Formats: sequence, C-alpha cells, structure tokens
Amino acid sequence: MLYRETGQFKTTYLADMAIFPIRQDYFLMIGILLFAYVIAPLVMNDFWLNSIMIPTMIFALAAIGLNILTGYTGQLSLGHGGFMGVGAYACYKLTSYFPDVNIIIHIFLSGFFAAAVGFVFGLPSLRIKGFYLAVATLASQFFLEWAFGRIAWLYNYNDSGAIEVSSRTLFDIPIAGASAEPVTRYFVVLAIVTFLTWIALNLVRGRFGRCWMAVRDMDIAAELIGIKLLPTKLLAFSVSSYYAGVAGALMVFMWLGAAEVESFDINHSFLILFMVIIGGLGSILGSFLGAIFIWNLPVLLRAIPDMIGVNIGAATVEHMTFMVTGALIIFFLIVEPHGFARLWQITKEKLRLWPFPY
Amino acid sequence: MLMKKLALGAGVAALVGASVLADTQPVQAEDSLYIPLTTYRTGPFAGSGTPIANGLHDYFTMLNERDGGIGGVKLDVEECETGYNAQKGVECYEGTKGKGALVYNPYSTGITLQLIPKAPVDQIPILSMGYGLSATAVGEKFPWTFNVPATYWSQLSAIIKHIDTEDGVKGKKIGYIYLDVGYGREPIPLLDELAAEMGFEVVKIPVGVKEMQNQSSHWLQVRKERPDWMIMWGWGAMNPTAIKEAVKVRFPMDKFVGVWWSGGNVDLRPAGASAKGYKSTNFHGTGTGFKAIQDIMEHVVSKGKSQADPENVGDNYYNRGVMNAVIVAEAIRTAQKITGKSVITGADMREGLEHLDLTEARIAELGLSGFANPMKVTCEDHAGAHPIYIQQWDGAGWHKASDWITPMVDKVRPKLEKAAEDWVADKPDWQMGSC
Repeated sequence: MLYRETGQFKTTYLADMAIFPIRQDYFLMIGILLFAYVIAPLVMNDFWLNSIMIPTMIFALAAIGLNILTGYTGQLSLGHGGFMGVGAYACYKLTSYFPDVNIIIHIFLSGFFAAAVGFVFGLPSLRIKGFYLAVATLASQFFLEWAFGRIAWLYNYNDSGAIEVSSRTLFDIPIAGASAEPVTRYFVVLAIVTFLTWIALNLVRGRFGRCWMAVRDMDIAAELIGIKLLPTKLLAFSVSSYYAGVAGALMVFMWLGAAEVESFDINHSFLILFMVIIGGLGSILGSFLGAIFIWNLPVLLRAIPDMIGVNIGAATVEHMTFMVTGALIIFFLIVEPHGFARLWQITKEKLRLWPFPY
Repeated sequence: MLMKKLALGAGVAALVGASVLADTQPVQAEDSLYIPLTTYRTGPFAGSGTPIANGLHDYFTMLNERDGGIGGVKLDVEECETGYNAQKGVECYEGTKGKGALVYNPYSTGITLQLIPKAPVDQIPILSMGYGLSATAVGEKFPWTFNVPATYWSQLSAIIKHIDTEDGVKGKKIGYIYLDVGYGREPIPLLDELAAEMGFEVVKIPVGVKEMQNQSSHWLQVRKERPDWMIMWGWGAMNPTAIKEAVKVRFPMDKFVGVWWSGGNVDLRPAGASAKGYKSTNFHGTGTGFKAIQDIMEHVVSKGKSQADPENVGDNYYNRGVMNAVIVAEAIRTAQKITGKSVITGADMREGLEHLDLTEARIAELGLSGFANPMKVTCEDHAGAHPIYIQQWDGAGWHKASDWITPMVDKVRPKLEKAAEDWVADKPDWQMGSC
C-alpha cells in the first residue's frame, strides 16, 4: 500500500523519463537529501562528520566507480585502490604546479588522470576475461603502489615520502587542510558526491549504460547487435577510474589531509570490492548501502563496549571487530546473496502489497 | 522462513539500536588529566607496539595508584588501537581530541605526519619521542611538535660516529637496510651527505611492508655487496626477520647496528644466542633495577592491573614506554607549575613540554638514577641533541657497549633548519612561533 504507484499517471515523456518515476521514491529522495544537506550538519558533531559521514560518502563514490565497471559492465577489477591513488597524487601534483587554481577544479581534473591510467590498464580487457582480468588489474595495483613509493617526483621529493595538504580556500573559507572545519569539508564532499551520483544515475540508464549491461550479460550477443566491445569496455574502465580518482583526491584533500602509499594499498581495493558485492552489483543505491555498511560497522562495533559500560582493552575490541564484521558479512550474504540493493527491492515489493499480501 | 526473518530483523534492530546509542558518547570528568594513547597491539607491528603500550600505560597507572595522579589530579588514560595504520590513527585522533586531550604520542611516523598540521589548529601538542619528522626539532617553525631526546638525523650521525671510532669509516662500505615507509626514508638525505663528506659508500636496501617477513632476497644482496657495516632502520616484524637472516648469511653481528626502534628484546629473542654481538642505539636504561620500575611492579603489575607479563617488565621497549610516560608526566608537572592550575589544557601542556628540564637531580627524585641522561627542551630546539649510547645483545639481554655519544650537532642542525624551511615554504598560512 505504501509503495503502490496506482493513480500516478504520466502525461509527458519527460515525466516518464524522470530519474524517480514513482512519487514515493521521489519524496524519499528529497527526504534523504534534506537530511544530508540540512539536518546532518546541524545535529552531528565533528566526530560524526569526520569519521562517519565524510569517509562513507567518499567510499560510496569509489564504490559507484567500481560498480560501473564490475556491476554494470561485468569486468572484475582489483586495482581500484591504485586508481584512487592516481587521483590523489594527480591532485597533489596539480595543486603544487597550479596553486592558484581552486582545489575543487583540481579534484575534478585529477579524475581524468585516473581515467587515463584506467584506460591503459583496461586495454587487455578485450582479450582477457573474468578471473584472468582480475589478475591483470591486480598487476596494475602493484605497479601503481610501486610508482607511488618509488617515483620521488610524485611526492615532490619529500623526505617522508608522504603527500600533505596545505590550506585551500573557496570564497575565503578554508575547505582543505587542517584549518578547514569538518562541516565545510562535509559540504564540499556532499556536493561533489551528489553531483557525480546524479551523473552516474543518468549514465547507467542511458545509451552507455545499456551498452555496458549488454556487454555484461553476453558479450558475443552484444557484438552481434552492433556494440563495439573495445570502446564500450574502455569507456567503462575510464569512467570507473574517473570516479575512483575523484574519490581518491577527496580522500586525501577533504578527509585525511595527508597520505602515504599505504593509504592506497591492495586492502583498499578489496574494501571497495566488498562494498560493491555487499551493497549489490549493478546498483547505484547498492554502492551507498555497501559503503555505509562496510565502513561504519567497525566504527560502531568499536563504540559498543564503551556504550554499555564494559571496559575491555582497545586491542581486544579490535580483534572482536574483525571477527564480528566477518561474521556479519557472511550472514548478510547468506540471507541475501544479491546484496542490500536486492533486499531493498524485496522490501519495496512487500510494501506494495502490505498490509494484505497474497 | 520465519527464522530467517527473525534473524534479519534482529540484525537490523541491533544496528539501529546501536546507532542510536552511539550518539551518547561519554563525557570526560572535569577534574582529570586526559591522555589518549594511540597504541597498537594488533597487526604486523604488534610485537614492537605491545611492550611500549604496556610501559606507557603502566607508568601512568602507577602514578595514579601511588601518588593519586599528578598534582593531586588523576590521570585518565585511554588507549585507541591504530595497528600502525595512519588512517586509523587519524580516526583515533578525531575521536579523542574533543575529550580534552593533553598530548598525542602517535608512535608512528605516518600518523605523526598527518597530525603535525592539525596540532596548531586543535591546540594539542604532539610528542614524537625519538621519531617522527626530524625537522620538527626546529621549535620556531613547529611550535606544537616535540621530538625529544633526539631526531633520526642526530641518531644516524651518532651511529656513524660510533662506526668511525670503532673501525674508521673512510673507504668503508655501509649497508642501510630500512623499512620502506616514511620512517625508514627519513635518514637517507643525511646519510648521503655524510657519505660524500666522510668518504664512505652506502648501499641502500629497502624492505617493503609486504616483504617484511621474507627478507632472503635482501640479505642475498647483502652477501653479494659485502658491506663492512650494516645499519638497520626497522620496525615490527621486520626486525626479528632481519636479525635471523643476518645470522644465516653469517654477517658479523658486532658490525650490525640498529636504530633504537630495532632493539627490542622481542626482536632478538627468536635469534637468541646466535645474534650475540648485535648492537642498537638507546637513550634509556634496560632491566628492572630502577626504583620507579620496581614501583610499577609493586603497584600495577603484581596487582593484575597491567596487560604485561611480569617477566617482560624491564624489556627495552617496555622501558621506552616508561621513558615516554616520564616525559609526559614531567611536562604536565611543569605546566602545572607554570600556569598554577592543576587541571591543564593542551595549550598549557605545550608550555610544559617547551620548558621541560629533566635534570640529574629530578631523574634521581623520580627513582630513575642512571636510567636516562638529563634532557632539556628549549623554545628553539624541540629535540635537543641529547647523547645516545650503543647497547649490545649478549644472547639474553642488553648491556651498554659504548659511552654516551654526542651527535654531530654542527652537521645536523643546519640540515634540520633547511628541512623545516622547506616544509613551511609551501604552506603560506602556517602558524609559526616566536622564540
């Protein structure tokens, strides 16, 4: 009953092609945006913004990137941690060469460097498929890690080998660097993530998205109906790496403030892949749900003993977090192998009939 | 089906419930001195991190138990697990800074680097005791960061001095094996410079974090290059592996010198007697033969208030933790004296650290005679070129193998100042102090 679209007639093509054709979805989305843009900054303290909201959104953006490649085009990648690093290091180099250009422009530009690198590593995808492609992208991960550590030019020959963010402003308000308030950084991240999510939503339901899905479902059939495989796959690689690159630049400039090679290691690639799998392959919503779940579960588990007043050591909490997170991931995958996005879909269908299911 | 629904419902309910609860973060009591400890007892660096965490924790607990805190105010110590991961370290920082944190001891160069720009903004000083960014020794440029008693560069110069007195460094080949992160790369510029000046050759052997426990290829390179001396900048699981490999390739152990982070009893125990002769630098005593350590045994360890095994109390890294806690405690005392307040803030703590003067008499008063050399921090010099000694492994424990060596201040200080200059150069709105 709650989700019944009966009576919502569409009288124009425009209404038919809206991102949220069902009114309930539309209002839900307005509610979420209202929460993110108005309520969250008002009620949340710095810890919530800095350790929960900002990283969740950044990882959601990276997960959208990987989802475009893995979920929509069916090309498995284990190199997205490295692509995030390309974005971050590109943004760092751009800011040191063009310090007067606004940081937000740099963040968007740095994605193109990641896209170019993704394009190059996507080239073998025409011949290599499935698990073999995963191994090829793994090679890109190792190569990029090596490059970040070894090519001193990338980190401006710092003795420490780390990249650091100095203060950047927008309309004289610091938005990056240590003096930037978490709230301002939150708004910058939120705006960028909202914009890129909107682009992604339109990409995947348009011509490109349909091509990608055709390639995913059966590449020979896709070829037969006239889709050129190589350009389609390479476009998916580029767009996907673009998203990862922007996420990486945001991670360093809007969240951490400094980064080393270890910030973009293989564990990050896995983390993003887990987000996509848990959230739901081939779903933008799933990318968000996966990021929310995977990022916040350990934060939450770490806070639980403190809240219920049990005093256990920090290391014990860490060990328990590992075990409980693992167990919960397995639990949710058994309950719903297609991820949270599918779970939401089922809920929606149930709500349509509720309270009189047949 | 019903089971599945129930289980799912329970899972969701738990998540929602917990997230509601998460909002009610405990607020620290007004009249306590809150010291967050970013420690690590998990991951590949736990071997080095655990004894340090114990030492820090136990000394503070001992002060609470024996003296009722510092200046009548109890210490509130909270550990946050970082796993030596910079990202987690920042999370710990963000999560604890709002509770009135006095000082951060990051115990990782990576975390230190991330916190340096945050310190002046949040007005909480950083004490990276004998690690971190060497340039932060320049107090005018880095008013909020302290790396007493010596920087990595001072330490390296002391090691080279030691090699020079033992063997004559000119014309020698020195191998430098290091953990390939910010920490291990830090001394390289000075090493290159000293090599050119003093006429020795350097072979650099980086060990990635992933290869830490598999160094056979690195030591094969050592065998091929045949360096006369080896210097190690290792940490965590890298240390015991390197020492075992060195024994395997029959490298003369008395020509193998580790940084003071490569000299834990945990690092040497796996190789045991075969590593006899291995050297490492140090700036404090080892063993339990000090009154303060005995007090820890009496008030903390024997009462089951410590996570440390009683037989590991007095290990090198355990005492390192104690040393760090002593510096923090003395800085708090100094800050209390300067401000006249018993409950101090991060900004007061900075004053305390900057006026820290650990004299011989004070060290004796603390029950630590012979444990450490006097230490003094000034506004200009946040590290001080305090003397260092070389200790040697005898198969079961450490003993002192050299006198106190003063670092090459004349070579190191100009480099520090230049590095600080460079660091500040591209940060136009960096807050500097005035001395």
